[in-house]
Amino acid sequence: MRISRAWRVLQRHWTVYTKLYKSSFALNFVEPVLYLVAMGMGLGVFVKDINGQSYIKFIGPGIIASSSMFAAVYECTYGTYIRMTFQKTFDAILATPVNIDDLTAAELVWAAVKSVIYGLTIMIVVAAFGLIDSWLVILTVPFIFLCGLIFAEVSMITTALVPGIDSFSYFYTLFMTPLFLFSGIFFPVDTLPKAVAGLAWFTPLYHLVNICRSFSAGHVTPVLGSIAWITIVAAALAPVPFRLMRRRVIE
Amino acid sequence: MDIVAAHNLVKEYGIITAVNNVSFSISPGECFGFLGPNGAGKTTVMRIISCFLPPTSGTVTVFGVDVTREPSAIKSRLGVMPQEDNLDPDLSVLENLIVYARYFDIPKKTSIPLANDLLAFAELQDRGKMNIKELSGGMKRRLMLARSLVNTPELLILDEPTTGLDPHSRRAVWDKLNQLKFRNTTLLLTTHYMEEAEQLCDRVAIMDAGRVVTIDTPQNLMTEHGGNLENVYLKLTGRNLAD
Repeated sequence: MRISRAWRVLQRHWTVYTKLYKSSFALNFVEPVLYLVAMGMGLGVFVKDINGQSYIKFIGPGIIASSSMFAAVYECTYGTYIRMTFQKTFDAILATPVNIDDLTAAELVWAAVKSVIYGLTIMIVVAAFGLIDSWLVILTVPFIFLCGLIFAEVSMITTALVPGIDSFSYFYTLFMTPLFLFSGIFFPVDTLPKAVAGLAWFTPLYHLVNICRSFSAGHVTPVLGSIAWITIVAAALAPVPFRLMRRRVIE
Repeated sequence: MDIVAAHNLVKEYGIITAVNNVSFSISPGECFGFLGPNGAGKTTVMRIISCFLPPTSGTVTVFGVDVTREPSAIKSRLGVMPQEDNLDPDLSVLENLIVYARYFDIPKKTSIPLANDLLAFAELQDRGKMNIKELSGGMKRRLMLARSLVNTPELLILDEPTTGLDPHSRRAVWDKLNQLKFRNTTLLLTTHYMEEAEQLCDRVAIMDAGRVVTIDTPQNLMTEHGGNLENVYLKLTGRNLAD
């Protein structure tokens, strides 16, 4: 892998993104606003305060985390898969000095960058609702990036293994949906039976939600464990997508 | 020095032997063609030469460098025009060339005039702003050819460059390839069209079932076996006209 060559692929993604974002950027705001209005303002009226926070304030930072997660996951599942198979963009790029490791690295980093773009966008929305107490929230950015990398790695592993594009529905239904529901976005996981709550600790989204919520409230110390978790897992997973993509693309 | 040299090249996919002990060499400035039925192993050979697939055994050198040793260095001097359209549909015609040039570290200052020259060469000068899906099949092939030339390659690899084109578009591509030959670019192509091989190739290798059956000039093959190149091809690939 060489960074200068991976950079060329990142530039390609950026060129495409800046070309198309104008038409889709406004859409980024729609989903989080829907969640905040429906769950926060609608359902929230019937929910008592959680750890001294109103319900909408409780879920706000979690929405930042989940939106950034989905950005990376879409990119490295459908996005990567379409470039790899239907569009044959990978074939075209691999005929240049860029090799498969450069390409995989660029796909992963681009997904993490998209996590940050979406995370920041949603952060602005959540802040506009008056749900963020501390400027410390800006410090979530590097962790959104790292967590984006983890989601990109997991998604890329899936992409390298699926027989066809329809198989992603298994990944979304059996992995992403439970993650979204049981990572402490909508209720604290310790309300669940111990075994289930313990399971949440092994998922990246749980830690990112933790960090976003804690930083939004201006606390850093309670999440040092989560920070360590994210860093270690992002690094430990990294070799797997490279190996699998090499196998998938080079037959 | 040979531009491409293959010695006892073998490529296996599991239990299938796609390329079986193939040897050949290509000289600078030559136009070398691979003929053979579908599944003969032509594309696999092309993909090994373009450093896309590693050989199972045997050696392939391009510009004197082993394909498994420094693929990126080799690829920086190659042009590749694959069988299927793999233009970037997210980019316009002109952007396709500029972004592709960037993979070869060609800065925009150079690549913009270069891209315009290549569009003129491919007779697409008025189409720069168009989307890829607005192009006809012939235009796409010409743009693929233009794209494969962004790094001024010393060796151009063309996998069935005119398959699926109407006669006018085919002539247009041949015309372009002849211009490249004239400029001393080494060409390596696969084709199903005997007329194409006769028009363009200095030498042809006829492949069948993973093996090279013969390598010679089209003229010699026709003299030796009689009839036109198509008769020679059918005779050597074990398929008679009567079958």
